[in-house]
Amino acid sequence: MSTRTAPRPGCDVDFGYSVLRPRTPWWSARIPVRLVCLALLLGAAAVLMGLLAITLGDYPLTLGEVFTTLTGAGEDFHRMIVLDWRAPVAAAAVVFGALLGIGGAIFQSLTRNPLGSPDIIGFDAGAYFAVVITILVLGSGGYWSVATAALAGGLLTACAVYLLAYRRGIQGFRLIVVGIGVSAMLGSANAYLITRAEIDDAMTVGFWGAGTITRVTWTGMVPAAALGCAIILAATALARSLRQLELGDDAATTQGIAVNSARLGLIVTGVATTALVTAAAGPIGFIALVAPQLARRITRSAGVSMFSAAMMGALLLTAAHLLSLAVAQVYRPVPVGLITVCLGGIYLIWLLMREARRHNGVMP
Amino acid sequence: MRLSAESITIGYDRKIISEDLSVEVPEDSFTAIIGPNGCGKSTLLRALARVLTPSAGEVLLDGKAVQQYRSKELAQRLGLLPQSSLAPDGIRVADLVSRGRAPHQGLFQQWQASDEEAVNAALQATKLTELSGRLVDELSGGQRQRVWVAMLLAQQTSIMLLDEPTTFLDIAHQYELMELFRGFHEQGKTVVTVLHDLNQAARYADHLIVMRDGRVIATGHPQDVITGEMVEEVFGLRSLVVPDPVTGTPSVVPLDPRTATATEAS
Repeated sequence: MSTRTAPRPGCDVDFGYSVLRPRTPWWSARIPVRLVCLALLLGAAAVLMGLLAITLGDYPLTLGEVFTTLTGAGEDFHRMIVLDWRAPVAAAAVVFGALLGIGGAIFQSLTRNPLGSPDIIGFDAGAYFAVVITILVLGSGGYWSVATAALAGGLLTACAVYLLAYRRGIQGFRLIVVGIGVSAMLGSANAYLITRAEIDDAMTVGFWGAGTITRVTWTGMVPAAALGCAIILAATALARSLRQLELGDDAATTQGIAVNSARLGLIVTGVATTALVTAAAGPIGFIALVAPQLARRITRSAGVSMFSAAMMGALLLTAAHLLSLAVAQVYRPVPVGLITVCLGGIYLIWLLMREARRHNGVMP
Repeated sequence: MRLSAESITIGYDRKIISEDLSVEVPEDSFTAIIGPNGCGKSTLLRALARVLTPSAGEVLLDGKAVQQYRSKELAQRLGLLPQSSLAPDGIRVADLVSRGRAPHQGLFQQWQASDEEAVNAALQATKLTELSGRLVDELSGGQRQRVWVAMLLAQQTSIMLLDEPTTFLDIAHQYELMELFRGFHEQGKTVVTVLHDLNQAARYADHLIVMRDGRVIATGHPQDVITGEMVEEVFGLRSLVVPDPVTGTPSVVPLDPRTATATEAS
């Protein structure tokens, strides 16, 4: 395998940044060094945050104790706390964060707009609405019925938003505006249903709606992680099509991309990321919106990259999780969803102001 | 004849632009499609590129309907420079040019030596080697259009379809690009381009397709096709067609409408 960093003058293309070119008979690639290193660093930071999160709680542990327990040694009590209670939550923060980052990257790239993430265009609201209906109207609150409802709700809302925004093809900005409208309508329907509900059911739905990962157990986490892996594989396979679609439909078509089926596959994959997370943890807003853009700024990549967005998403959610645990130490438990919404809201205001300024005070 | 349209009906939604349209692109030709705004030039080009599917009839490439090709297989033979393309934010020249390699890449073979060579050659041919690491946003309009041409060139197709490639450029950059396309043609590529400038079409093309209202009015060598009558019939412009003082190809000089009527009256 030949792996070179410095370009050979006259032979290798100068990309303006360092590139690794692994070439074997069965695999070749062009690896942007800065992007991959930074993304791996973000991923490592996410794992570290996850480990730190395991130390925090009503029964604090040291990082050393966590390591000892994770490697198979340590007291039984520690094993229960670390392996049975806190590890699935920490794993959820990493995996769900990564999934949200991927979903955001897919939709921001498809809509060519930093506002076009699934949480803004109503897929979270759709998944939440379906769950509210399932718990309050159908009266079934088990993991699988909630998960199925969230998935179906997310997909149906995506279809509805897509069809409502369809006019001779899909234009990113119309999709976003329609999504915000649908999201608001679903929100008011949710609020109405909750006012009519029994107090216990309303509490269940309310807790779920705040977006919290602390109730995640291995029973919920194992199928979610398996599905998550499937989604990540699908996203990896579709990444090339997404990159060509950024150039416009005409260019992508003549470069050999089956545009309509590629876009459909990407939409289903993107919706699946949010639906899966929403099913397991409730709507966790703004990670999908923020992660791809933040990652793009740090890695200086062209367009958004799914890989760095995933790593950034994992870091953001684990950091928010850690923050929620720290707040619980001094005040009381706060769902991680509230923290991401508060911090993400600040980012959204900044983004809207910047976009407005870019269009000379007029929204496009 | 490798590429042809056989009585195709094309349009958008329910609006039909062309009905029962048949054209042929001669093998190894430099073909220019000309005609007034909205006559269906670009629509025809998009149908030839399989971006647009005809509601009737078919487009044939090497004797086989383009719809029957696998997307990648078609993309290895036929490339399109669309009227407008979108560059992702913060993309660099070589990155964008490399995206033209997509039809030659797979899930596991994403950057072979042949990709490197093709991109290098495309950058060199479009004089972009020095700029390969620069951000596309920082380039001038003429340089940016060369980047898109380089992307098409990196695709290494034997047929190049160009949709108004010179429209937004100043005259020097227009001719720079046309010379580039002539070079591609001389290297054996079939070039099909939609053009607005008749004199440019006459200078560079060896085959013209003249369109009006979705129909083909005339086809043939510029010398035979570009006449005062044709320009008046197709564009509604009275003009004098004289040999281009530099190349001897037909050159259209519009008459002054005021003196033209005065001459007629006298």
